[in-house]
Amino acid sequence: MQLTKIIEAMELEVLTSVTEDREVLGGYTGDLLSWVMGRAESEMLWITIMTNVNILAVASLRDLPAVLIAEAAELDEAVIAKAKEQEITLLRSPKSAYALCVELGKLLA
Amino acid sequence: MSEPLKFHFPVSGGDFTSAGKASVQVKKLLRQLGISPDAIRRVAIAMYEGEINMVIHANGGSADLEIYPDYIKIILADTGPGIPNIDLAMQEGFSTAPDNIRSLGFGAGMGLPNMKRYTDDMKIDTEVGVGTTVTMRVNIA
Ligand SMILES: Nc1ncnc2c1ncn2[C@@H]1O[C@H](COP(=O)(O)OP(=O)(O)OP(=O)(O)O)[C@@H](O)[C@H]1O
Ligand SMILES: [Mg+2]
Repeated sequence: MQLTKIIEAMELEVLTSVTEDREVLGGYTGDLLSWVMGRAESEMLWITIMTNVNILAVASLRDLPAVLIAEAAELDEAVIAKAKEQEITLLRSPKSAYALCVELGKLLA
Repeated sequence: MSEPLKFHFPVSGGDFTSAGKASVQVKKLLRQLGISPDAIRRVAIAMYEGEINMVIHANGGSADLEIYPDYIKIILADTGPGIPNIDLAMQEGFSTAPDNIRSLGFGAGMGLPNMKRYTDDMKIDTEVGVGTTVTMRVNIA
């Protein structure tokens, strides 16, 4: 499913912008960067509560279509600015990572 | 044998806001050179983990990239504390990362295993109190 369709269906807040409407085939959830680095695949939406600047290098190096911040976790303006600069799509939702996985799973089923 | 293309990147220690910078640069560079997406992905993962390890555990170091017709060599060298027990360090989940670094999402003890898994060859030369050099090879063809 296209990223923009997912954003609409899951009512996600877009913190940056969608520079490329990529196809999303699955998801990966986790907050430990080396796990995500080693196990996520490039067509997966990454769901996390980690919000520091280091998530950007992981998203960029793994070509992830977007990072979805769960639990409405706060992000520094500097992180959002850097994401814009690197054309990384940052999304956010007040729901838990679990609830977001369930929703995404239903959408992609 | 033709001369490899060589690139050198300094990696500054303790700077968590730009950690991974050299890897991001290398990924761009390999794209421009027309290297296959699969090889780029493997170099990006391996180099990122090695770069972060130098930032976190060794107060920085340097990354060298050598591009040969059929493989890419990555050399990460630091003059940090060294690794006392390589077998232990290679185990998934082993980490000596302090709490303040773990709170940033590091310290899963998955970096070295990722480097091993995504490269075709990996060698660690290390001496306690002297430093660590990790040499990795990723086949292109
Ligand atoms: N360049 C290095 N210099 C000194 N010690 C190192 C170096 N690289 C790794 N180590 C040691 O090996 C351990 C395991 O490294 P590894 O990359 O697998 O995990 P980590 O860095 O602790 O956590 P993660 O990579 O999952 O964020 C480290 O905790 C550290 O003790
Ligand atoms: Mg590591």
